Amino acid sequence: MYETSYHRPSSLAEATQLAAEKGDEAKYLSGGMTLIPTMKQRLAAPEALIDLRHVAELKGISVNGRLIRIGGGTTHAEVATNDEIKSVCPGFAALAGLIGDPAVRHMGTVGGSVANFDPAADYPAALLALGATIHTDKREMPADEFFQGLFETALDEGEIVTAVSFEAPDQCAYEKFRNPASRYAMCGVFVARRADGVKVGVTGSGSSGAFHWSDAESALSGNFSPEAVDGLSASEDDMIADIHGSSAYRANLVKVVTKRAVKKALAH
Amino acid sequence: MTDVTITVNGREMKGAVEDRTLLVQFLRENLGLTGTHVGCDTSQCGACVVHVDGRAVKSCTMLAVQASGSSVTTIEGLANGQELHPVQAAFREHHGLQCGYCTPGMIMTAVDMIERHGSSLDEETVREELDGNICRCTGYHNIVKAILSAAGASQAPAMAAE
Amino acid sequence: MGVEGIGAKVLRKEDRRFITGRGRYVDDMSVPGMKYAAFVRSPHAHAKIASLDTSAAEAMPGVIGVLNGRQLQGDGIGNLICGWAVSSKDGTPMKMGAWPALASETVRHVGQAVAIVVADTQAQARDAAEAVMVEYGELPVVTRAVDALKDGAPQLHPEAPGNLIFDWEIGDKAATDAAFAEAAHVTKLHIHNNRLVPNPMEPRAALGLYDPAEDHYTCWTTSQNPHVARLVMSAFYNVAPEHKLRVIAPDVGGGFGSKIYIYPEEIVCLWASKRTGVPVKWTSDRTEAFLTDAHGRDHETEVEMALDADNKILALRVETVANLGAYMSLFSSATPTYLYATLLSGQYDIPAIHANVKAVYTNTVPVDAYRGAGRPEATYVVERTMETAARELGISPADFRRKNFIRSFPHQTPVIMAYDAGDFDATLNAGMEAADVAGFEARREEAKSRGKLRGLGMSCYIEACGIAPSKAVGSLGAGVGLWESAEVRVNPVGTIEILTGSHSHGQGHETTFAQLVAERFGLPVDNVQVIHGDTDKVQFGMGTYGSRSGAVGMSAIHKALDKVEAKAKKIAAHVLEADEGDIVIENGEVKVAGTDKKLGWHEVCLGAYTGHNLPDGMEPGLKEGAFYDPTNFTFPAGCYICEVEVDPETGTTDIIQFVAADDFGRVINPMIVEGQVHGGLAQGIGQALLEGTHYDESGQLTTASYMDYAMPRAWDLPMFKVSTTETLCPGNPLGMKGCGEAGAIGSPPAVINAITDAIGNNELTMPATPEKVWKALNAVR
Repeated sequence: MYETSYHRPSSLAEATQLAAEKGDEAKYLSGGMTLIPTMKQRLAAPEALIDLRHVAELKGISVNGRLIRIGGGTTHAEVATNDEIKSVCPGFAALAGLIGDPAVRHMGTVGGSVANFDPAADYPAALLALGATIHTDKREMPADEFFQGLFETALDEGEIVTAVSFEAPDQCAYEKFRNPASRYAMCGVFVARRADGVKVGVTGSGSSGAFHWSDAESALSGNFSPEAVDGLSASEDDMIADIHGSSAYRANLVKVVTKRAVKKALAH
Repeated sequence: MTDVTITVNGREMKGAVEDRTLLVQFLRENLGLTGTHVGCDTSQCGACVVHVDGRAVKSCTMLAVQASGSSVTTIEGLANGQELHPVQAAFREHHGLQCGYCTPGMIMTAVDMIERHGSSLDEETVREELDGNICRCTGYHNIVKAILSAAGASQAPAMAAE
Repeated sequence: MGVEGIGAKVLRKEDRRFITGRGRYVDDMSVPGMKYAAFVRSPHAHAKIASLDTSAAEAMPGVIGVLNGRQLQGDGIGNLICGWAVSSKDGTPMKMGAWPALASETVRHVGQAVAIVVADTQAQARDAAEAVMVEYGELPVVTRAVDALKDGAPQLHPEAPGNLIFDWEIGDKAATDAAFAEAAHVTKLHIHNNRLVPNPMEPRAALGLYDPAEDHYTCWTTSQNPHVARLVMSAFYNVAPEHKLRVIAPDVGGGFGSKIYIYPEEIVCLWASKRTGVPVKWTSDRTEAFLTDAHGRDHETEVEMALDADNKILALRVETVANLGAYMSLFSSATPTYLYATLLSGQYDIPAIHANVKAVYTNTVPVDAYRGAGRPEATYVVERTMETAARELGISPADFRRKNFIRSFPHQTPVIMAYDAGDFDATLNAGMEAADVAGFEARREEAKSRGKLRGLGMSCYIEACGIAPSKAVGSLGAGVGLWESAEVRVNPVGTIEILTGSHSHGQGHETTFAQLVAERFGLPVDNVQVIHGDTDKVQFGMGTYGSRSGAVGMSAIHKALDKVEAKAKKIAAHVLEADEGDIVIENGEVKVAGTDKKLGWHEVCLGAYTGHNLPDGMEPGLKEGAFYDPTNFTFPAGCYICEVEVDPETGTTDIIQFVAADDFGRVINPMIVEGQVHGGLAQGIGQALLEGTHYDESGQLTTASYMDYAMPRAWDLPMFKVSTTETLCPGNPLGMKGCGEAGAIGSPPAVINAITDAIGNNELTMPATPEKVWKALNAVR
């Protein structure tokens, strides 16, 4: 790891002010589950780290009826074990319980994962399918607008993801097919069903990060059953191809995993 | 250099570290607590797992400065004097270790797992929860057995206390 | 036997320090004034070093010194060598290219060290290593051995034209060809035995300390054989004279073969300590481990099996190309020859075998012995071929194997090995019963109803352990003898120290070896201390690999205990005025048989040291040493049966059941033996399903971390069903065969045989990743 300097603000205002002072040499450090390994490998060298773990405004989960709001500083473990989320939107809690491993879930945060937008991160699939809102210290916007491409989001320099919010759907589920080496999603699919239709978010497979599988959304909106996906095929052109799987294989996974997510959602 | 204060195994420890110092480096090099190991660079092997404020955390993926003000338990702080923690005892009883290198992280992970799941732990859950701990010696067979056994064992005293 | 003697499940004496965090591994060591090293490594797979500028690095904070290959050579440090001379079939010696510990002219694999930086902290050393400016002139790259043999391939070493190290053969070609001419059926297969990275969880480390006052060197290193390290470092690398060099391998966190070899880093740390005047510690990170620890396997093989009309095997013909990487590692030549082709007869009576092995240089990490070393490759060839032949012939794989089993011993194979004992029917029957093979078809149907494909695969392996008779290996080119030594030191109070040349890095020697004393004298294992891993303490030793610590290391202890027992009896007979032949030692007492006359064990020991009442002419003291040289290899064998379920939609394989029925001869501690099998199975299943090593066209290792190299996790493995049968080995006093490698040797073909059975397509390479299985399935459906 290269040299760096550590800063620990206790409020959002303090954090953003620090970021403004340090400019583009600074990085926010939330759970650090991606940033610190990257720094250890000397692939990132921020001169300043602004630790968000002690910012009170980023904490907390609130569930009002079917409206769920999760602070950016909430850990995956807190999401996974939150009784209210589990009761209103069990698919989302289950997703959080599949991220990384227990030690990662104790540190990693919703805000950090959303801001980083790793192409294999789990939350983006759900947030797309749920039509979630991403809240920052400056504004709020739909997940569809927030996630823009590989590691690319709508965040401006110094902007902090403060929360995500969404309305729990009627039925939802997340299914994950892990890369045998990294255990990240090689394909993760979140399906969410509401009266006005079905949304399908896919992560781990798309060459531009998480995406909506619109063909499946239309098919499932007409018939919410695994069979509805049978006749479809995801486009290979948009899939990642690497030593772990060809684009053809990933396209197959998208379909199979989607079917399984639907089956799981129906069982809830 | 930044001053840090971390309560380690019940004792308040102070030290001056470079901000880039990892918690595991602080434990090993500043405090001489070499029971916590490093087995990879990518936060996947779990040899470095310790408890920070009561939760299992990878000490190779946390800066010492991040942990300042926290309470850390390492493998050296688990036993009560000469009396082994039930999970330590179970690893020995079931031959859940061979070379011993992954063992401290395995045990710290197991203690945390048992605290969260109690005696409801089953084999499938144990295997799933060991996703972040790699052992190259045991094939996990006896580690899984040890954890399941300890989960049963640690439940017994809790029930007796009620 | 006592409760802690041979055959008892004794909990491990060494566990307490490991479970409480008090193990002492090399990186845990700290000495006054110690500084930290980082190596500057080649980012290119093949390049000329045009220039190397260390000035910027030397000016960095905390830097004590930056040293390079020219300085190393200038100080007379020798090149690394391969210690086993193998000749080509035309009689020419193997062609060994020069391997300097720090490259000064040419680099031949990504990760090869070109300089070392010593600094106050590890972070500073790494910062400065990045500031060492090296200009490279890139050269063309070849990573696959069969490509390296082609005309026009990039050439690695001037000493080895065509990249060919040797072209070696074994067996009778004419007899084999004649048998094929008569064959009623020939089964052919192309096999790739995938390259593996050993990955002990403790990365390698070295701490070099030069003491100018004493002109003495100490090296703490992660070694499976510290005495061999000392011998090689002094005799071949000129790092230090042997009597001035102490090598200590303290607790070592797994080896699996990769810590047998003497690597550039420990040589350079020792040399750098003398050069810089400070103790120098280097600890590998995991990426460095992937780029520098010797890899394993990497064979491409064409195999043909000839059968008669009665399904009896007539002959086996094998052509193998073995990738040895960029340099010849310490035992690299023996692995694909004498440890591989000599096992090609498997458990079967095969009248004629011919094998040809070409060993080849490529721009990859050097390849050497990894758990099993040659024997997994041989077993994979034989057992995949057996299964394939049975399927082609439409007969049961078990019956086909039974038909060809060797049943009379000793049995001389056509490939050197003379099997001394075995009962292959016993392990096959035990395996089939444990696996409920009879009920498999019903389970297959049930799985089908759930949309899953079940398959059953078998593997009947044999291996050669107890490495090895010194005369035999000497005649085959080994540069060392492969005996083992032991010293049994009885203290005046009756407690005992065993000093052994074996090295424990997970195998539980501190417990198992103590059980021999418990068995012999009826003393508690707590009264026994096993000392190993320090050349200043232990007389000499050849170390631990090739499942040799039981059959060879414990035989040496056994021999030394014989001498201690004999002397103790003489003393007791003298004191008790009895005949020496009437003395028995049991439960910690030395008795005259059939009388109530006896002495406590401690009384005899004290008597040996006071010398007040010893037989005339007897030397005081009770300490005996022994060197044991085996008379033959030992031959563990067994039957492994794997049952899998394949998800046809994703190609994912679940191991539903894995049965291992092994014959290891005498078992000293069944708990430890089972643990060894479990671990071996995990590595073998890892090879079959998960572990793939991948180089891209430029020679970059793209699987250089756990992000891309799939290590078996708990989730990937089932609970194993293991059992042992016991056919004693006639070749050593304890009847032991060895158990350390069997799991890794026998399991890969069982897994692949099971998957190919499930999917109905025999074309499948390891690792059988979900995608490969899915593709293989799509190819036939």
